[in-house]
Amino acid sequence: MTSAIRYGSAILPVLLLVALVWIFLAYGPLGILKTAFPPIESVSFERIVLEQDSITIEIINDGPDSVTISQVLINDAYNRFDIDIQTINHLERAKIVMQYPWAEGLPLKITLLTADGLTFDKEIPVATESPKFGLTQLLTFTTLGIYVGVMPVFLGLLWLPFLKTLSKRWYDFFLALTIGLLVFLTADAIEGAFSLSSQVAASFQGSMLVPIGFFLALLILMAFGERDNDVDVTKTGVTKHTLRLSYMIALGIGVHNLGEGLAIGSAYAIGEIALGSLLVIGFMIHNLTEGIAIVAPIAKEKKNSIKHLLLLGLLAGGPTIIGTWIGGFVFSNLWAVLFLSVGAGAIVYVILEVFKYMKKENPKSGYTFTNVAGFFLGVLIMYITGLLVA
Amino acid sequence: MNDSKYVIAFLVVILIALTISYFAFIPKTEPDNEHVHDATHSHDPTYVYSDSMTSHFGISDNYSTSDFDPDSYLKAWNFNNLSPEERKRYYRESNLSDNTTLREYWIYASDKKIEVAPGVFFDAWAYNGQVPAPTIRTTEGDRVKIYFMNQGSKPHTLHFHGYHESSMDGSMPHDFVNPGENFTYEFTAEPAGVHLFHCHSTPLKDHIAKGLYGMFIIDPKNPREPANELIMIMNAFDTNYDGENEIYAVNTRAFYYLDHPIKVKKGELVRIYIGNMVENDPINSIHIHGNFFDEYKTGTRNESDAFTDIIELGQGERSMLEMRFPYTGKYMFHAHQSEFADKGWMSMFEVVE
Repeated sequence: MTSAIRYGSAILPVLLLVALVWIFLAYGPLGILKTAFPPIESVSFERIVLEQDSITIEIINDGPDSVTISQVLINDAYNRFDIDIQTINHLERAKIVMQYPWAEGLPLKITLLTADGLTFDKEIPVATESPKFGLTQLLTFTTLGIYVGVMPVFLGLLWLPFLKTLSKRWYDFFLALTIGLLVFLTADAIEGAFSLSSQVAASFQGSMLVPIGFFLALLILMAFGERDNDVDVTKTGVTKHTLRLSYMIALGIGVHNLGEGLAIGSAYAIGEIALGSLLVIGFMIHNLTEGIAIVAPIAKEKKNSIKHLLLLGLLAGGPTIIGTWIGGFVFSNLWAVLFLSVGAGAIVYVILEVFKYMKKENPKSGYTFTNVAGFFLGVLIMYITGLLVA
Repeated sequence: MNDSKYVIAFLVVILIALTISYFAFIPKTEPDNEHVHDATHSHDPTYVYSDSMTSHFGISDNYSTSDFDPDSYLKAWNFNNLSPEERKRYYRESNLSDNTTLREYWIYASDKKIEVAPGVFFDAWAYNGQVPAPTIRTTEGDRVKIYFMNQGSKPHTLHFHGYHESSMDGSMPHDFVNPGENFTYEFTAEPAGVHLFHCHSTPLKDHIAKGLYGMFIIDPKNPREPANELIMIMNAFDTNYDGENEIYAVNTRAFYYLDHPIKVKKGELVRIYIGNMVENDPINSIHIHGNFFDEYKTGTRNESDAFTDIIELGQGERSMLEMRFPYTGKYMFHAHQSEFADKGWMSMFEVVE
């Protein structure tokens, strides 16, 4: 009897809500609401593929009502088109295919005209042939990823011998600098996630994915950390702990770089960074500092195995390559937002861990002027190198 | 020792990366035939030049509604496109004692959804359910009586260009005919020429942009030379209300006469009564291919004002054009504001023997 009441009261509110929704849909004021307002049409562009003399557009209806695409204009001129689903329902996708002799290197404006006369625009700043899935393009994206992600991280790792020579005080300075770098990366990732979220179809509530991804990464890593700390105390020494910290940093940066790679790949795919070799150089310098962050915790170890260092570099830089592949070929702002947010959460966890590690290694170390200077130098380095990217 | 090993290992990694990137960038440094836009496209046997370069342009699908027929509009006045029984409901003509004709019209305004491009619908305000309104055509000196009923949702009027008394002007706030009310306009048709009528309620721009306008022709007492007469009103529609027109046309439907060319005979006299009722753009034009025409500004004088192949018309301006096509074949005519042409104001004559 008591259990019946217990489970009954657990289910009852849900059952009543279902009943209420049903009554609202069947007899409620929905009819009035619908006729009182004009249809709210909304269409988002998900992907534009430019091939020789043809344009393919993938769109999603992210408004509550269905949308009928009646005509299409390219650069303010009507153009014939084929569409697989002319009347698109809520969250349904459609593909538009057009013949059009677009001009390489010039801007391209696409306007969709609905049955109700509403228009939805998408501008491509620089029209360029979209990457097709092939060896050449795969290699191009791989190279882009290597240049932007892998190489800078590995170059940064080369500071290890230098870091080894430092006194404890200056070592702490570099750990503080690492925290500064990571704080900047966090802000950068969150800012990037929010700005990309505006391009995600409205129904997916892109900006709400940011806290979800952020806390998902942060809290899961904290839970793992709690569990492993118990193990640590009993059977592992300092070596394992510092290495684990380096891996954590590499992982956090890796997830962040995956999001960054997605953004770069997709921007390249839709022609937004066709002129951006400067941007690639900017990212290289910007990401160079990530290497310091990774090796700082293990710099004081007597021996560093090359195997681990290679793995650390790949873990941090490699995801950029995968990101550019995904971004270039299957382009989704949604995933870029999610990965940037997850990366931000992971990096915040790493910041907390590095700070904990500093306090543990050297209880007197904390808010010293050396450390504060290191922190701001880290932020400043990222800010100045960031000027090349922005 | 350990450190040097470490540095060497990283140099190897970077070398590998550079090697990969070298191969990846090779196709970019050499001339890549696939990415060069070669006009002949000789390497691509499936590529048909004309197909992709020309037939991509224009609208998709066909008009789905038949409540307005641009072909019939071209040559219809005083409801002569209707059956005699149907026509009696809107138009009646009777002789007066002073040897002039009394012409009576029944015009109503209403809210109407009209198709302005295939599948694109505009919530218009219309006279007698069509945009442009049915053409009113009289002879100089005729007595005109228009019974106007406002069945729409806003106050509307009829404002005629031409001579009339102040009380018949339909432009002042006290002239506005409220929804559900009637008014009778009465005047003597003069001077001869190509005129217009339109709603003069405020805001004026809204009432015109919504479609309340039509052609008003007053023939001179001495009839003009018989001709193949065509009525054209250049108009446009701002379907998303952003202050710019999405659709341009002559006689409402974008590109209609491009797919349904207007047939004229070689050598016959073609007379076009044309007016400009476009809003949002101060100027519109008509340019006819393969021909030159005489322009009679506002159609008020018998002397040609210009012999040209293009005329510009401001908002509310109109003209009478006369021409003969010397050759058979298809000849385009369009606005020489290229944007208007690309957005629907592009049409075709088909000259036959």
